[in-house]
Amino acid sequence: MSKLAEIFEKYQADIITDWIKEMSAANRRKDLMSESELKLQTNELLHAITDASKNGNSSDINAPHWAPVREMITSISSSRAKQGFTPTETASFVFSLKQPISNRIRKEFGKDPDALFEELSASNFLIDNLGLYSADAYVKTREQIIVRQQEEMLELSTPVVKLWDGILALPLIGTLDSARTQVVMESLLRTIVETNSQIAIIDITGVPTVDTKVAQHLLKTVTAARLMGAECIISGIRPQIAQTIVHLGINLTDIITKSKMSDAFALALQRTGKTVVKRMQPLIPSTNSGAVS
Amino acid sequence: MPPRTLETLTLASVSDIVIARQRARHWAIEMKFSLVEQTKIVTAASELARNTVEHGGGGTMVISTDGNRIRQALKLTFEDKGLGIADVEQAMRDGFTTSGGMGLGLGGSKRLMNQFEIDSRLGQGTRVTVTRWK
Ligand SMILES: Nc1ncnc2c1ncn2[C@@H]1O[C@H](COP(=O)(O)OP(=O)(O)OP(=O)(O)O)[C@@H](O)[C@H]1O
Ligand SMILES: [Mg+2]
Repeated sequence: MSKLAEIFEKYQADIITDWIKEMSAANRRKDLMSESELKLQTNELLHAITDASKNGNSSDINAPHWAPVREMITSISSSRAKQGFTPTETASFVFSLKQPISNRIRKEFGKDPDALFEELSASNFLIDNLGLYSADAYVKTREQIIVRQQEEMLELSTPVVKLWDGILALPLIGTLDSARTQVVMESLLRTIVETNSQIAIIDITGVPTVDTKVAQHLLKTVTAARLMGAECIISGIRPQIAQTIVHLGINLTDIITKSKMSDAFALALQRTGKTVVKRMQPLIPSTNSGAVS
Repeated sequence: MPPRTLETLTLASVSDIVIARQRARHWAIEMKFSLVEQTKIVTAASELARNTVEHGGGGTMVISTDGNRIRQALKLTFEDKGLGIADVEQAMRDGFTTSGGMGLGLGGSKRLMNQFEIDSRLGQGTRVTVTRWK
């Protein structure tokens, strides 16, 4: 067994007490985590570190016998990222372990400078690596959170609206990169099913560039909608976009297109057997309008 | 007026394609191209930037001007050090694709611009230069 492992084993309780003290001095967030929860985490992590250093050397935390420690640090760091801890607060959880261990090493090897130096550098190296590992895990979780939020925003920014019974509209705005178009396509198809709609108007007035990629996504959406029994109308094709589509060689002849959304809506009403008629006389407000006679 | 480089962009990821479009539009507006011409230039930039990223494994886009006092041109050069194209003639053909695309990017950008040059060497990379005159 390495000397470091012996020290972890021998002073476990002391190290934990000091470790928690160290953290209260540095960055304890009592608002985010209870004392008992923190005690549990420190206990488990120190046990895992002790086991790992008993099972082999501690110079490479990526070695297989450090896997349980890595897993634990990942889970602690990512749950802290989700709870709103800062990166410093998260990493200092691991770094706060440095002083308590160093103190025990000094106590044990104080009279042997060579051993003292060796064990101090070994433990510092280990804690630094674990701390960096924790920072990486924190960042990774934050990135996942950001990606998820982006996706949620995409979903929000592509609203499928019901214009009328059986008629949906999807006003697209902005850059249609593939991730977004995928979301658009899925939410439109889902809403077609949910609302049992026959017609979907896809309006691209707000899309600045229609290139082959965007066109391909639109065509796929139209085809998929067709398979589900709904017809799509693409509206809002501005003159300059119409010209580039032609130059690119994209074939939209199979697709119903309208330059204005209002024209598309009129067609949709017609296709679903509805007509809009103007009243001969304006409605006269009556006092018993709600009454059933 | 001698040829002049206006801007060089790195094309590594999909988000760089968005920036390539934005910068192409910026310079097209700056050079007072009409709305239709701007749209053509931006669309060609989008196609070729995407090819650079998706097929060429990333590269660069250089935006430059050329021409004389009477006529000016906006020139876009896309360069990568990717695998290159085995058969350029085939790649230019409408509908030819190795990636499940529409196979219209190269032919389409040729039609959208006034000049189109492609130089590709297998195993060395690809350079496409397109020019739009005012
Ligand atoms: N920079 C490049 N490096 C290597 N191969 C390329 C490059 N650009 C184009 N190609 C090849 O030429 C083919 C045709 O390109 P083109 O842009 O016309 O169609 P595509 O990219 O496959 O589909 P899309 O219609 O979406 O653009 C590509 O499938 C690819 O094999
Ligand atoms: Mg292409």
